[in-house]
Amino acid sequence: MIKVENLSKNFGAVNAVDDISFDVAEGEKLILLGTSGCGKTTTLKMINRLIEPTAGKIKVNGESIDQQSPEQLRRGIGYVLQNTGLFPHYTVAENIAVVAQLLRWDKKRIADRIHELMQKLHLPAGYLDVYPNQLSGGQQQRVGLARALMADPPVLLMDEPFGALDPVTRFKIRKEFKDLDELKRKTIVMVTHDVQEAFDLADRICLMDKGRIVQNGTPAELLFKPADDFVIEFLKEQRLQLEFKAVCVSDLWEMLPSISLKEQTANISSHITVWEALEILTAQHKKALSVIRPENKEIKTITFDQLMHTFYQYQNNKTV
Amino acid sequence: MKEGQQNLIDFMRQESDKILAQVITHIGLTFTSLIIAILIGLPLGILIARHKPLAVPVLGFAGIIQTIPSIALLGFLIPILGIGAKPAIFALFLYALLPIIRNAYTGITEVDPVITEAAKAMGMTYWQILFKVEFPLAMPVILAGIRTATVINVGVATLASLIAAGGLGEFIFGGISLNNTNMILAGAIPSALLAIIFDFLLSRVQHINFKKARIGRVTTSVAVIIAGLALFYLIPSAYAGKLTAGFTPEFMGRRDGDLGLREKYGLKIHTVVISDAIMYKAAFEKHLDVISGYSTDGRLKAFDLVVLKDDKHIFPPYYAAPIVSDGALKQFPQLEKTLNMLSGKITDSIMTELNYRVDYLHQSPEKVAQDFLIAKQLYQQPRNANNQGTVRIGSKIFGEQYILAAMYAMLIKGYTNYNVSTKTGLGGTKICFDALINNQIDVYPEYTGTGLLVMLQAPPQITDTLVLDKQKVYNYVKQQFKTKYAISWLIPIGFNNAYALMMRKKQAESLNIKTISDLTRYLESK
Ligand SMILES: Nc1ncnc2c1ncn2[C@@H]1O[C@H](COP(=O)(O)OP(=O)(O)OP(=O)(O)O)[C@@H](O)[C@H]1O
Ligand SMILES: [Mg+2]
Repeated sequence: MIKVENLSKNFGAVNAVDDISFDVAEGEKLILLGTSGCGKTTTLKMINRLIEPTAGKIKVNGESIDQQSPEQLRRGIGYVLQNTGLFPHYTVAENIAVVAQLLRWDKKRIADRIHELMQKLHLPAGYLDVYPNQLSGGQQQRVGLARALMADPPVLLMDEPFGALDPVTRFKIRKEFKDLDELKRKTIVMVTHDVQEAFDLADRICLMDKGRIVQNGTPAELLFKPADDFVIEFLKEQRLQLEFKAVCVSDLWEMLPSISLKEQTANISSHITVWEALEILTAQHKKALSVIRPENKEIKTITFDQLMHTFYQYQNNKTV
Repeated sequence: MKEGQQNLIDFMRQESDKILAQVITHIGLTFTSLIIAILIGLPLGILIARHKPLAVPVLGFAGIIQTIPSIALLGFLIPILGIGAKPAIFALFLYALLPIIRNAYTGITEVDPVITEAAKAMGMTYWQILFKVEFPLAMPVILAGIRTATVINVGVATLASLIAAGGLGEFIFGGISLNNTNMILAGAIPSALLAIIFDFLLSRVQHINFKKARIGRVTTSVAVIIAGLALFYLIPSAYAGKLTAGFTPEFMGRRDGDLGLREKYGLKIHTVVISDAIMYKAAFEKHLDVISGYSTDGRLKAFDLVVLKDDKHIFPPYYAAPIVSDGALKQFPQLEKTLNMLSGKITDSIMTELNYRVDYLHQSPEKVAQDFLIAKQLYQQPRNANNQGTVRIGSKIFGEQYILAAMYAMLIKGYTNYNVSTKTGLGGTKICFDALINNQIDVYPEYTGTGLLVMLQAPPQITDTLVLDKQKVYNYVKQQFKTKYAISWLIPIGFNNAYALMMRKKQAESLNIKTISDLTRYLESK
C-alpha cells in the first residue's frame, strides 16, 4: 500500500532522514518509533507531501505521490496531529466535515457521515455545535480522529496522536482506538516515542535512530531478534512487560499443559497476549483461566503460575 | 460659565448647517482614506506575513510615514496633488496604513502554525488556508488595527481644513485664530464624538463572536458600512460653483472678512477654508480663483495676482503699529522711543518687498530685518549689557510679523540695555492680543483695522463714520485701547496691510472683474 524507497531529507546540514526504505502492506499498522529528533515526523510528513524529500521515492497504492497535486493527495490520506490541530473557529461538526467539504460532498451525505462517526467515537450528538476549546483533551483527540476518518481514506497518518493526553485517558483512548472497526481496515503509519504504545498497537515497528532505520520488524522480532545493541538498549527498561505483550497465549500453546475442566466452556481466545491473560487472572482473582484455540476449538485451562512458567521456557528457547 | 454654555448651544444651533456639512465632509475624508488603506494595507500585511524578509522594510517605511508631522506631510503633498480632498485623503491614507499593515501582519503571523499545517494536511489550497483559516483567526487583530486607524484618521482629518479639504477643522482652526471658544468647541466636540462613536462601533464589531457569525457576513457588512460612510461624502461636492474662493480660518470668522462679504456685498461663492501659507500658490496654480490675502504680501507680486477694489468699504485701513502694555512702558522707559524708531520708515512697497524676500525667496526674517536696518542706518551692534530686564516681543504667525518682531528685537538690543525674548508665531490675532493683556508679552505689531473690528468689535454706526479715514481709525483705537485695556498704540510704521480679495490678473481681466461688486454680479449672472 505504501512503499518508501531510499528516502532522505536534509535540513541544511542536518540529515533528518537518511536513506530509509520500508513497505506497509494494506491494512497493516506500522509504527515509527525512536528517540526525539530521530526523524519520525519528517518521515511521516513526506508521505503526504507536507515536506518534500531531498531524495527518494514514495508510492501510495502503487502510484508515485507526485503524480497528483499535493492537495488532491492529502484529501485522500487521513492525518491526525499530536495537538489535534483542530480549527478553533469551527464547530465540532464543521471540523469533522472539513475534508468532505473540500471534496464537495452534498449536505445529507456529510450529516450522515458525521452522525455515524460521532457514534462510533462515543461523542454525544450534543457536541456537534460546540467549539473545540470547550472539549476535554480526550474528546478533542476523538474529534481529530473523526476529522481524519471523515472521507474514509484507506491510508491514515498519525503523529503521536495520544501524545498530549494524560496517561489514564491515553490508555483508554488507545483501547477504544484498537477496538474501532473502521481502523481495522486501514493502512496506518503512526509515530510515537512511547514504547508501550508501539508494542500495543503495532503490526510492525520501524525503530529509528539519527534518521536511519535500525530495525524493521514485528514487536516480537524486536524483542527476541534485536538487530543490534541499540535495539536492546532501547527496549531494556520495559523489556519484561513488553515481552508479555509481544507473545500471545497461542504462541505458547504446545508448551502449555493440556488440562481442561470438562464442565468449563471458554469464551476467551488464545490470541490474547500473555499480558492480557495475566491481567485477567489477577484482576478477577481467578485461580485458573480457560482459553480456546479458535483453529481447533481446543480448550486449555491455565493457572497464573503455569502461564509464567511456560512463558519463561518459551523465552529461553527464543533467545538461545 | 452658564452664559458660556448658553452661547455654545446658540452658536451650534445658528451654525448647524455648517456643522452638519463639516461632519459629513469629516466622515467622508476619514472613511474614504480608510477604505483605500484597507484595500492596500490588508493585502500588504498578508504579503509580508508570507514573505517575512519584506516585513522589515515595509513596516519600517509605514512607520516612518507615521512619524512625519501631519502638517508637514500635507505640505509635501500640495505640489504633487494640489489642495482639497485629494491630498487630504492621500495623507490620511498614509497615516492609516501602519496600523492596518502591522495588525494584518501580526494577526496572520500569530495564527498557530499547527493549525495552518493541519489545514494544509486536510488538503486545503493556499487560498483556502488564507480565507478559511488564517484570515478568520486573525480577524480580531486586524479589526483592532482598523479601529486604531479610524481614530487616528478622525483626529488628523481636522487638519484637512488647512488645505481646503473642509471638515471640522474649519471651526477648530477658525476658532483658534479668532480665539472664539464656542467656535473651537463647535468643531472639537463633534470630532471627539465621531472618534468615540466609531471607536465604540468598531469595538462592537471586534467582539462579535467570529466563530458564530460567519466571517463572510461580517466582512461584507463592515465593508458596506464603511463604503456607505465614504459615499456619504461625495454628496456635497455636487454644489461646486463657477468660481472657488479660498479663505483663511480667521477670515471666515471676521466682519471684515467672509461675514462682511456676505452681508454687505451679498457675495455667494463656493468657499473652502485654507491656511494662508499655501493660499497664494493655490490661487496661482488655479486650484482657487479668489483668495483672502494681505495687500502687502510679497506673493501678490510673485504670483501675478490683483486686488479687487473694496467698493463698499468693508475693509478698514490696516495701518501697522506696535502696541505695548502700559505696564511695560513704565517698566522700560526707553522702550517707546526705541520702538518708534521704525515709525514712518516702511511704506507699502517696501513692506511688500521685504515680505517677498521672506515668503517667496525664503530668506530668514532676521536677515531681511537686519539688511533693512543697515540700509536705513538704524542698525547697531547689540550692547550685550542686558541688566535692565527683558522685553518680550510677540508676533502672529506670518512673515511680515516675523520681520517686524526681528527688527524690534535688534533695535532694543542695539539701543538699550534691555534683554529681549521673542515669542513669534502666536496662532492668531486673539491669541497674540490675549498674550499681551495677560502679561505674557509686552509688545507686538497690530493693525488698526483689526483692532477696530476684532478686538473692539465696533458697531456698524461707528465703523461707517470711520472707515474712510485712516487717521480717525487710528485715533479711535488708540483712545479705546487706552481706556479699555491699558494698552498704547505707538506711532504707525507707515504701511497699510489691508485685507483684500485677490484674483489671478489674467482671469480678472478676462472676466472683467475689477471690484468686489463686479465679482458678486458675475457670480449672480446665469
Ligand atoms: N523545518 C525544519 N528545519 C530544520 N530542521 C528541522 C526541521 N524539521 C525538523 N528538523 C530537524 O530534523 C530532525 C528530525 O526532526 P523530526 O521532527 O522529524 O524528529 P521527530 O523524530 O519527530 O522528533 P520528536 O519525537 O521530538 O517529534 C531534528 O534534528 C530536527 O531538529
Ligand atoms: Mg515529531
